[in-house]
Amino acid sequence: MKIRRRDFLKGVAASGLLLAAEQTPAQAKRARKDLPPNAVGILYDSTLCIGCRVCEHGCKEANNMPMEHTNPKERMWDDPQDLSAKTLNIVKRYGVAGKKDSVEGFAFIKRHCMHCIDPACVSACPVSALVKNPENGVVTYNKKACIGCRYCQVACPYNIPKFQWDSPFPEITKCQLCSHLLAKGGISACCAVCPTGASLFGPVEKLRLEAKRRLAMEPGVYYDFPVANIESTEVQKHRAGGYVKHVYGERELGGSQVLYLAGVPFANLGLPDLPEDSYVALADGIQYAIYKGMVYPLVVLGGLIYIIRNREEKKE
Amino acid sequence: MQERQALGGKLLTVPFKVCAAIVLIGLFFIGKRFIFGIGSVSNMNDGYPWGIWIAYDVVVGTALACAGYSIALIVYVFNKGEYSPLVRPALMTSMFGYTLAGISVIFDIGRYWQAYNIFLPWLSNLHSVMFEVALCIGTYILVLWMEFGPVLLDKFKADQLKARLNRIIFVFIALGILLPTMHQSSLGTMMLMAGHKLSPLWWSGFLPLLFLITAVVIGYAAVIFESLVAAIAFKRPMEMHLLSKISALMPWLLGLYLVIRLEDVNLRGYLPLAFDGGLLGNLFLLENLLLLAALLILVYPANRQSPRLLFIASCAMLLGGSMYRFNTYIVGFDPGTGWQYFPSVPELFITFGIIAAEVMAYLWFVKTLPVLPRLKKA
Amino acid sequence: MKEQDFARISEHLNGVSRRDFMKFCTVMAVGMGLPLEVAPQIAAAVTAPQRPPVIWLSGSACTGCTESLLRPSHPSLEHLILDLISLDYNETLNTGAGHQAEAALQASIQKNAGKFILVVEGAIPMKDGGVYCMIGGKPFSETVRATAAKAAAVIAIGSCASWGGVAAAKPNPTGAVGAPEFLKGTTVVTIPGCPPNAYNFLSTVLHFLTFKKLPALDEKGRPKFAYGRLIHENCERRPHFDAGRFALQFGDEGHRKGYCLYKLGCKGPVTFANCPAILFNEIGPGAWPVGTGHPCFGCTEEGVGFHIPIHTQADLKYITPGAAYPHIVTERGEGPSVGAVALAAGVAGVALGAGVAVARNLGKSDEQGSSSEGE
Repeated sequence: MKIRRRDFLKGVAASGLLLAAEQTPAQAKRARKDLPPNAVGILYDSTLCIGCRVCEHGCKEANNMPMEHTNPKERMWDDPQDLSAKTLNIVKRYGVAGKKDSVEGFAFIKRHCMHCIDPACVSACPVSALVKNPENGVVTYNKKACIGCRYCQVACPYNIPKFQWDSPFPEITKCQLCSHLLAKGGISACCAVCPTGASLFGPVEKLRLEAKRRLAMEPGVYYDFPVANIESTEVQKHRAGGYVKHVYGERELGGSQVLYLAGVPFANLGLPDLPEDSYVALADGIQYAIYKGMVYPLVVLGGLIYIIRNREEKKE
Repeated sequence: MQERQALGGKLLTVPFKVCAAIVLIGLFFIGKRFIFGIGSVSNMNDGYPWGIWIAYDVVVGTALACAGYSIALIVYVFNKGEYSPLVRPALMTSMFGYTLAGISVIFDIGRYWQAYNIFLPWLSNLHSVMFEVALCIGTYILVLWMEFGPVLLDKFKADQLKARLNRIIFVFIALGILLPTMHQSSLGTMMLMAGHKLSPLWWSGFLPLLFLITAVVIGYAAVIFESLVAAIAFKRPMEMHLLSKISALMPWLLGLYLVIRLEDVNLRGYLPLAFDGGLLGNLFLLENLLLLAALLILVYPANRQSPRLLFIASCAMLLGGSMYRFNTYIVGFDPGTGWQYFPSVPELFITFGIIAAEVMAYLWFVKTLPVLPRLKKA
Repeated sequence: MKEQDFARISEHLNGVSRRDFMKFCTVMAVGMGLPLEVAPQIAAAVTAPQRPPVIWLSGSACTGCTESLLRPSHPSLEHLILDLISLDYNETLNTGAGHQAEAALQASIQKNAGKFILVVEGAIPMKDGGVYCMIGGKPFSETVRATAAKAAAVIAIGSCASWGGVAAAKPNPTGAVGAPEFLKGTTVVTIPGCPPNAYNFLSTVLHFLTFKKLPALDEKGRPKFAYGRLIHENCERRPHFDAGRFALQFGDEGHRKGYCLYKLGCKGPVTFANCPAILFNEIGPGAWPVGTGHPCFGCTEEGVGFHIPIHTQADLKYITPGAAYPHIVTERGEGPSVGAVALAAGVAGVALGAGVAVARNLGKSDEQGSSSEGE
């Protein structure tokens, strides 16, 4: 009897382990998430950007952010080198020094939260400090819930959330698409002030169509480009640039509500080549497989209790 | 039922005092951390938001504290009662290790005054791996203290309370086996989210399984290591017959681990990276070579009888397993945004302070509470 | 520069001091981007008794270019130039008029054939045989062609003479063109602007007098020392552009603080000129359109001035981000400090040493045989 039970228990243990191992990555993924019904986002067109950084200035004003001084020698008004606790939105340049025009010379890229359709940060946060609005899809931060564990920083594939390292009461900081302005019927500050329409606000569905329209444009020909809000009538005439035939953010890691168009390869602009399946889906999938409804854990616990009880009873 | 007694003897020995000094230095820097913020003592930054406080104190530290878990598996699940002498010391190390890992977390998280948010159901994010890890570890710390209850009750001779506790202790023991299985594997799942930011030599769909195995391996290695060191330090006889038998399990576990680890990297096509001569490749080789060395030592029965070889093998397992976990969380992690990280002096002192505190607590408990088996005069 | 030459000049100029005169020559050298050592050469050329005359023809013009020459507030020195370059014919400044003036023009051309500098002010109407600008009974176009044939150098002053300017604005009813287009095949120096800065013209002339050749010109005939860079690249408000601080309306807070005028239609980013560097009228800083708070409208640039509406946003001809502009990846973070490495290494060393000691100790007990059980 003893032998049989022992063998049985060993079998249970072994199969439990195997079960956990059997959930191979491919099977463990959970289904892709959909775009929220009224999702809003930003279409940033690097070929239209002139690097004036009025979007950085507007963002700091709209969000009451302080100026940042990264260069100890030069005293500049505001010289962030990257997103940080003081900078939610930054324009960076990609350049081949010495060349003059933006095809061979410089290109700009505006970086801030991508408001992913399947946000890693939202899944990672243990206390739901980062949540995705089910209506407009904006990912916002709640400092009252946050415990400062910084898992969101590890999880975000674009390295967006930043932390106030120098504060005894630190918060996580990131672009929230000016949700406080959206609530009053406005649009994101960065798009509202952009002079050329490089940073364009609007419903994601419309922005995707606009991106497709631009990819079909003939380079060098003048077209009308909407400015600030895709739903407004304001336009600027620009010559269409030569686009890389890809809308970044349409599918990467399940897609995002911030989309990018550029005239140089995206990898040069710091937007890495990423697969369509998000890592979140994989991690979530494995968690579901093992812990869904706490079924497996409870079964194992029951088994353990039975074994231990029996052993004690036998001793007595 | 084993009879155990307090070791007695002088508490304020030189090692104890040295540890106390380190703890004091650590406390000074902790004070700075709470007054001026994490950035004032640590080199953690937006590129490396997790430093040694997480990668060592929590991820490696809890694995080192899996001594209790590993012993419980043998004693309670596989019914090997003869290992009971090893239970209490292992349990105590686990208790200290996990409690201090919990304290490290409080030091590390930025908004520690809201840490109780983890327990508020309306804020709980059931999708979050970290939520599960935090809850599991929190609960497990309680379980460990409950499991250690009999020791304290022995000391204060509270026999009635002890009897009552013993009637329900089986629940805690069962939890004490379930919970580490859950959270040690989830520590691996946590780094799945890092995706392309984690080197392909470490990122894998098998992270949960590999973390679980290394936790068990390190747990057994810790049991062997601590038993041998305690025997030398307190001039007690070594429990070789138990240790040899435990070490017989190791080749199987190590073999399983190495096969999964190497085949996984190979099937994904990244094995050539290990041999490119760079830092990451070399560390990958070192981790696995250490575990292979331990396997090769312990596969021979004669070696398992030698305290010296057991000690060397356990050191190799501790180092190799810890390296695997540490590399997954820090060294193999590169967000690609130009940041670099190396712990600062204050940051190191806080970690060393926590380790020193654990040593002090171990010495205090072992000398004043009935933890180690009573020695029978031959 | 010989002493008697200088004395002669000084007399003309209400006794300008030698020191002031040398200062002027130095400023002219610097304005052309030439080294200071050139100043004495300029002085010598300016005071030399043999100087080529200048013949100044005005066509479809507003005479603003002539006026701009008179504006600099050092009348003695500018008088100097006008006298020294021996301005033989200028309809605005001539003392004579009518047949007398025309006779003087022809006489000068005959006498100085191949040696004089022809300055053309204003556009040249081409339509209907050039009847839309008749001077002295002849179409201006004829006069220009005949005079240019005998000139040593041709300078087109102002945007109208350079590329048609306001006279050629759509729909260009008179068929006005600039001198380079009209005199195809001849090298024409153009000094565009509406009006151009007087010093650009004066420097060019002085260069010619001093070195007997024209300064380096770009493909449109503009001296590179004056028209080699965009206004956007020299503008004192450029830091505001680079930091995203724009005036949105005339009189708003940004406008009063002197923010960049790009959103109000400043054409600085597409216009080549040196206005922000040398300013106008010598009355101090800010004496140029942007400095006074009005966007540049691109007066020097064909296709921009009098073509693109004043408040229409310009494209950027070149992208020139500041040196401190953030790159895609910036290296940062505290690497290993000496103290930290020493501490970590020290602790690792101690641990290793202890481990070796224990192993050795255990080796000894190995020899002594296995220990008793702890039962």
